[in-house]
Amino acid sequence: MAARHSVYLGYVSASIRGQLQHRAATVALGLGQFLGTGLEFVGAVVLLSRFGSIGGWGVSEVAVLYGIVHVGFALAELFARGFDNFERTIRAGEFDRVLLRPRAAALQVIAGEVQLSRLGRTVQGLVVLAYGAHAHAHAWTPGSWVLLVLAVLAGACTFAGTFVLQAMVCFWTVSGLELANTVTYGAVQSNQYPLSIYPRWMQRLFTYVVPVAATSYWPALGLLGRADATPWLPWCLPLLGPIYLVIALWLWSRVGVRHYQSTGS
Amino acid sequence: MNAMLAMFVARASVLLQYRAAALAGLVTQVFWGLLFLAVYASVYQGASSVPLPLHDVVTYVWLMQAMFRMLPWGHDPDLAVMIRRGDFVAELLRPVDLQLLWYARAVALCTVPALLRAGPLIVLALAFFGMHGPASAAALGWFLASLAGAVLLSAAIVLNVTIALLYTNGQRGVDVVMNSLMVALSGAMVPLSLMPTGVAEIVRALPFAGLLDGPAMLYLGHGEPLAVLVKQALWIGVALLAARWLLARAVARVVVQGG
Repeated sequence: MAARHSVYLGYVSASIRGQLQHRAATVALGLGQFLGTGLEFVGAVVLLSRFGSIGGWGVSEVAVLYGIVHVGFALAELFARGFDNFERTIRAGEFDRVLLRPRAAALQVIAGEVQLSRLGRTVQGLVVLAYGAHAHAHAWTPGSWVLLVLAVLAGACTFAGTFVLQAMVCFWTVSGLELANTVTYGAVQSNQYPLSIYPRWMQRLFTYVVPVAATSYWPALGLLGRADATPWLPWCLPLLGPIYLVIALWLWSRVGVRHYQSTGS
Repeated sequence: MNAMLAMFVARASVLLQYRAAALAGLVTQVFWGLLFLAVYASVYQGASSVPLPLHDVVTYVWLMQAMFRMLPWGHDPDLAVMIRRGDFVAELLRPVDLQLLWYARAVALCTVPALLRAGPLIVLALAFFGMHGPASAAALGWFLASLAGAVLLSAAIVLNVTIALLYTNGQRGVDVVMNSLMVALSGAMVPLSLMPTGVAEIVRALPFAGLLDGPAMLYLGHGEPLAVLVKQALWIGVALLAARWLLARAVARVVVQGG
């Protein structure tokens, strides 16, 4: 276990040092992402400033939800990006090299890249979250803050899980996966608004199949005092996030890697 | 002129092969459209005075999704590889005006992928998803005219972004911000009519508004047809002139590191 940790840390530090070599490019990229993702929130603000509320939620409440979803997603992009680029790894035939090494394949793929530029989206999400929290924190207990952190981390697990599953499909179809991107970015964009506005099938999709809502909407309900009838749900549902990630990793290694046929290197 | 047409046809034939991607893209656009619809339906509940009625917004959303691929989503990928590897020299040896040739490529890039997705999407949207037909025959005519203008404008922007590759090494930072800006300013994120009044005026003067919002509003029977078309023409002119100047300058001082 200790050896695995040091290998992971070794990968991470190598990746970070590599990116710091091109400091200007990394900073520019991060800044670009900060502004780019910030514009998404501006869009939400424009809508809400004209219409007042969405599904009964005001700007500051949407900000809390938005913050939870986007920080979670940004953290997943920051650390689990190796899976997101897995398609390229397979197509270049580099996965054979990964399999030959005496370390877990998943560890290598996931640790391959820690993209510092993703901090742009992370910071932007945190800014929005801070704005939302500022409006509501007066009603929060220490337990609320714990719930908030748990929700963000669970959200990161969920998105990391979708990256893993996306990568797994690459074992079968070695081509662009626009559909998988739909699920990921669609999940982010849709869950930044309260789940209640969407049709039933979409609600179920994002609670049980890709549990983004379970790790964002439900904790947000708890944080905003909207779940008083079922106070335990906002705490239980985020657990679906890490469970989802574990299932995804299991599927990836047992089903995906088993079926792997190299395309040559 | 013949060379431009030939290049366009060649690129179009290549791009037409990406049918599986188009199908996946279709599903994507339908999903996003339904998402937007849910958001607007929710927001419009209990809204009193709105600049655009909900059924118009629904049609607007589907038009956005259909035309989404037509937006200038960054540089021409093949040319980017060519420039990075130094094969760019081969482009310089052609006996045809380079800018016009690259423009023809860009036009194909902005037309074909969008067409492959837009056709089925509009049929589906008209049949099942609440989109309604154009406000009048005249509206349809103006819409098609401004659509052509939008394609030309989008291609001109792609041309500029591609030429910019000759000046910089890594370009992803610019792309990300520009893409988000473009999505916001063209009306793909929020219909420009729903933006605060002062902001909407400014945004409509920018080139990006002519890409999506202009044609869509004409389809709905709102907006001034001549104003939209003239603005598109003006920005196309500006973009092409800028591209010509940038390309000439780049070619004069380009350093090819092997090829």
